[in-house]
Amino acid sequence: MSAAANEPSPSDGERLLSGWGRAPVSRARVVKAHDGLEATAALAAASATGERLIGRGLGRSYGDAAQVSGGVVVDLSGATRLLCFDGASGVVTAEAGLSIDTLLRTSVPEGWFVPVTPGTRQVTLAGALAADVHGKNHHVDGSFAAWVERFKLATAAGTLEVSKERESDVFWATAGGMGLTGLVLDLTLQLIPIESSAMVVDTERAADLDDCMARMEERDAEYRYSVAWIDCLARGRHVGRSVLTRGEHATSARLEGAGRAAARFGPGLRAYDPRELASVPLTPPVRLLSRKAVAAFNEAWFRKAPKERRGEIQSIQAFFHPLDGVREWNRLYGPRGFTQYQFVVPSGAEETLRSIVGSLSSNQVPSFLTVLKRFGAADPGHLSFPAKGWTLAVDIPLGLPGLSELLDGFDEEVAAAGGRIYLAKDGRLRPELLGTMYPRLDEWREVCDRLDPARTFSSDLDRRLSLRRPLRRPLRRPRTSPGSRRTPLGRSPGEVAP
Amino acid sequence: MIDATGMPQSGVLLGGTSEIGLAIIRRLATRRLGRVVLAGRDPAALEQRANELRSSGIDQVSTFVADVRDAGALDGLVSEAWARLDGVDLLLVATGDLGTAELSELSAGRVASIFEVNAGGPAAALLAFAEAMAAQGSGRLVVLSSVAGVRVRRANFVYGAAKAGLDAFAVGLSEALEGSGVGVTIVRPGYVRTRMTAGRSQAPFAVDPGDVANAVVRALETGEKIVWVPAILRLVFAGLRVLPRPVFRRLPG
Repeated sequence: MSAAANEPSPSDGERLLSGWGRAPVSRARVVKAHDGLEATAALAAASATGERLIGRGLGRSYGDAAQVSGGVVVDLSGATRLLCFDGASGVVTAEAGLSIDTLLRTSVPEGWFVPVTPGTRQVTLAGALAADVHGKNHHVDGSFAAWVERFKLATAAGTLEVSKERESDVFWATAGGMGLTGLVLDLTLQLIPIESSAMVVDTERAADLDDCMARMEERDAEYRYSVAWIDCLARGRHVGRSVLTRGEHATSARLEGAGRAAARFGPGLRAYDPRELASVPLTPPVRLLSRKAVAAFNEAWFRKAPKERRGEIQSIQAFFHPLDGVREWNRLYGPRGFTQYQFVVPSGAEETLRSIVGSLSSNQVPSFLTVLKRFGAADPGHLSFPAKGWTLAVDIPLGLPGLSELLDGFDEEVAAAGGRIYLAKDGRLRPELLGTMYPRLDEWREVCDRLDPARTFSSDLDRRLSLRRPLRRPLRRPRTSPGSRRTPLGRSPGEVAP
Repeated sequence: MIDATGMPQSGVLLGGTSEIGLAIIRRLATRRLGRVVLAGRDPAALEQRANELRSSGIDQVSTFVADVRDAGALDGLVSEAWARLDGVDLLLVATGDLGTAELSELSAGRVASIFEVNAGGPAAALLAFAEAMAAQGSGRLVVLSSVAGVRVRRANFVYGAAKAGLDAFAVGLSEALEGSGVGVTIVRPGYVRTRMTAGRSQAPFAVDPGDVANAVVRALETGEKIVWVPAILRLVFAGLRVLPRPVFRRLPG
């Protein structure tokens, strides 16, 4: 499929949509809403005609969460007004479509940072709530919803003012609810104070997965931000070799002592003007990120990282959003696109993590972006993804034969360990496992059905996984196909990759 | 919905009693396929196949009686399939009839009929489903072509000529659907051991329906448009295509 489009478009009309992974693709009528009034009008129209409807922001969820085949997609990426910003308390109220990017350009120079940012700043605030996104600080600060004070939600039953006290079940059904409770029109968020726009970063290498996990368990508590990049193509005793980066916002005292490194943060120490360094202008007809290219990249990336370096001064964009420097980098995966497999397993289920990392290595799945992080306690969102334990996120090019079966096997391991996969990244989960992974699914369905008995709100994700509607009966499926002679990804078990 | 790895959840098998078609359905059911309509001419045979699929664990299977040569019936199939399956992810076209290549048995009417079953009807079905799939912006059309159409042989030239037509139509349709979200997969099996070929002398590189099914699942994952089963036939036919006629005529099988 070559026509996947996830760029914001200026006009209304029917078109093909996909998520950031560029697959799956479907067609819908897109209605641009520039404010709450336009959004509620679109919702009323769809309710009247019986069409399915879902909201969409900047299209950064990886799979099919923000599209609905044959229905109406309300594009709120144009509703970007900053309604209120209190420079004393750091409380901001903004329309749904304001991006973290735009917010930071205003707030950082004033000494305020978003409490939670995912790996890209090109997400809308409403999208961040709908996915209940997490960042490198989850073990300290929790996920996005924890910092949302209230929001306005256009539901099929009317517009509600929602907070943790008022309509609290709607609040927590919306946090992580993938847009299926309603259209968030605006929201109020508590920011965190920073003294500078610089980060102080410690980097170290870990020899293998166990070494990495041990280092994280031992010293994560000392850092607000922590994450590990893993080389999932490394083999043998190197399986899971990794680079840990952990850091803090630099205090002004720390930055003033940093000499020349501090100059670029300006006289007020809070200069912030991230730029795109490059862009991928078109989708190449083939995947540029081949297994060999990724292996070479991973080798270089690991070797380039210092064995140990303390106190490096970095910019916000280098520390939090390095990929945003390359516009539309997702095109590098070629016309078939890619998926991100992200799961969490509870502390104590390290064996599952080892097993999956080992399998990624033995199958030589060419991922150059594999990230490991420790989560803190879960928030009360019915479908919120984070839960105390380990989360691994793996970018995987689509089009590898046997991938569907390989990932289905991972799903079973994750579910058996009491873990789950992240719906904001998903394009292919086994629907039968949804209820096991999200045990509060029925509670969430009740809230949705109360707000929207006619089921106007729906998405391709909803339909593919039967999110809102129980499966007619559990499907009985053989675990692997008896007819298949191929092992996953077309390799025989003993085969050694070049 | 079709998932990111290309696996469909709902599908229509046209030629609902085809062994190869059913093997593909069963194989896809080990991944995501759970809602199926079997369409064909013989209600009793369809119902029997539907029962077999149900007992093998496929969630929703129903049947629809339609003759591929009847354009009105195909229209009915499209609307019925969308209603029953809540959107159709996959159309699998597996109708076919070897007919005859004996000049004494052939007539204008017989030739037209063989062409209708093997090419005209399937092409009309592909078109009808393609249009509806393009409206939803997603879908896969899988066409069972045959190597018999790649270089037509004396022994089955009417069937081969019809398959050549269908194959070419599908290649062109695939181009026409570029950018619509709908993909076409053209399957070119060699000799497949089925009821249809039973009693005929087995050609080299013979395969079973399960092998075709595995190749189709693989192609849906990789996005490959033309699938030879077994894969070696791509090379074999690259050679056969340019073989001088007197030599080609004398080949066994």
